[in-house]
Amino acid sequence: MIRYLIRRMLALIPVALGVATLTFALIHLVPGDPVVAMLGDTAAPADLAGMRHQLGLDRPLAVQYATFIAGLAHGDLGESISYRQPVARLIAERFPATLELAGAGLLVAVLIAFPLGFIAGANPGSAGDVGAMGFAILGISVPHIYLGPLLMILFSLDLRWFPLTGRGGLAHLVLPAVTLGTALAAIIARMLRQSLIAVRASDYMRTALSKGLSPTAALLRHGLRNALTSVVTLLGLQLGGLLTGALIVEMIFSWPGLGRMLIAAISARDYPLVEGCVLTFALSYVVVNMTTDFVYAMVDPRVSLK
Amino acid sequence: MSGLAKNPSLAVGGAIVAILIVAALFGPEIAHRDPLAIDLASALAAPSLAHPFGCDALGRDVFARVMWGARLSLGVSTSVVFLSLIVGGLIGGASALAGGRVDNLVMRAVDIVLAFPGILLAIAMAAILGPGLIDLVIALTAMGWTGFARLVRGEVLSLREREYVHAANALGARPSRVLIRHLLPAVAGPVAVQATFGIGGIIGAEAALSFLGLGALPPTPSWGNMLDAGREFLLIAPHLTTAPGVAIGVAILGFNLLGDGLAALAGRSG
Repeated sequence: MIRYLIRRMLALIPVALGVATLTFALIHLVPGDPVVAMLGDTAAPADLAGMRHQLGLDRPLAVQYATFIAGLAHGDLGESISYRQPVARLIAERFPATLELAGAGLLVAVLIAFPLGFIAGANPGSAGDVGAMGFAILGISVPHIYLGPLLMILFSLDLRWFPLTGRGGLAHLVLPAVTLGTALAAIIARMLRQSLIAVRASDYMRTALSKGLSPTAALLRHGLRNALTSVVTLLGLQLGGLLTGALIVEMIFSWPGLGRMLIAAISARDYPLVEGCVLTFALSYVVVNMTTDFVYAMVDPRVSLK
Repeated sequence: MSGLAKNPSLAVGGAIVAILIVAALFGPEIAHRDPLAIDLASALAAPSLAHPFGCDALGRDVFARVMWGARLSLGVSTSVVFLSLIVGGLIGGASALAGGRVDNLVMRAVDIVLAFPGILLAIAMAAILGPGLIDLVIALTAMGWTGFARLVRGEVLSLREREYVHAANALGARPSRVLIRHLLPAVAGPVAVQATFGIGGIIGAEAALSFLGLGALPPTPSWGNMLDAGREFLLIAPHLTTAPGVAIGVAILGFNLLGDGLAALAGRSG
């Protein structure tokens, strides 16, 4: 088990390096001059050159790349232009807020998806199934950028149950988390229903029923665990999406996380900060996906850890 | 035709997509109002006979803007999916046919891009390229091509070993003929399904980018930037967010259902 874990972590290194390289390439190779973008078309050539020198953009690309990777290795992401603070520190300040939002979104997704998927999968074709799956198809289709404002109108402006924006106690977390988690809930519920229906036809379920278990008890005790493997796989594939979804939900609810800082950095043309935020998002995405593989192996003993 | 009754996803999804296409092609003429014409007298006006979806903060007709938004949304998403399909299909297909080292190298590169969350890639590209429609299409294509590369590569790898392809090769058919006559038609089905889902996904991504101010810039009407502008008036004029919000939701729903339906259809016939 430990050996497997170490191997997975080692496998992370080339992918992380690739992601870092792609981030670097995005900022440095895509046409468009960040310095001109920062200072404007009318800036004096001397100012442009000065800024270029300050950012180290006047050095050969290979040197810039080497500096970038070397800095990365000991957690140095350069200095933000607009904040005049180390990028790494700014990210460390905001990232917990993003993780909190993503975690809450996941919790909401699971809390909605399991009852819905179970009701639908236990009685396919029933009214409960049709209702649950109707909700699911709606949940998949409603985009964050509409669901967010919709929840704000209903629960914040009309009913005054929750605060409109910002981060604070649990009450602040509810609407952003529901906005973020609904689509994922819909996807998981659909998957759970499908797996439960498949599981119901299996021999061990017939055995469980013939020894006198009620259909619901049999499904809960034997079916759910077997249906879980495909749900966990899907959940893992979608977890990364939760992180990028958080980026957009942060903008809707003025949530002070990494996503909001990234978008602000983009409009401020703060390229070191943009680079740092993009890299942090991408690396967490990679780590989340790797972790899923691991959890998957733990849930399903048939998956060999070799 | 009992086929449609058996496949309601295909019927409903197809109908929604057909309506969307009509809205994109003829909507601006049906609305017959200038989406950019400012009329401060009817600012934030509620829906009425003259303005079925009401007016925005500058008194512009929201119905006309939603129709123009449909043209932009569908135009951008179909171009992005078409470009992604060409780029991804060529890279994936060539990689599979080349095999060996080249294939390995290309697929590692695809894996790296896939390891990068799609919308983040598009946001980063859009941030560097700057806002604008062409840049928006490029940024979204950067996010969209990898899926097609993987799909086409996988299909070609498995098709290459089918007996009818071996037979064609044995009969002395040139590689180009095998590709066009035998491989392409067989790949078309799965690709059509993925492209349909892809259009829905890109409609959402385009709206998100425009919402963030990284896509179509105001005053050009796009569903995403209309939603963003409407947020200021949530309480006094909810129709400003409802109209583009429902449009985005229905469009994504339509393409998702159509994709489900096409997948079921392909599953049955093949």
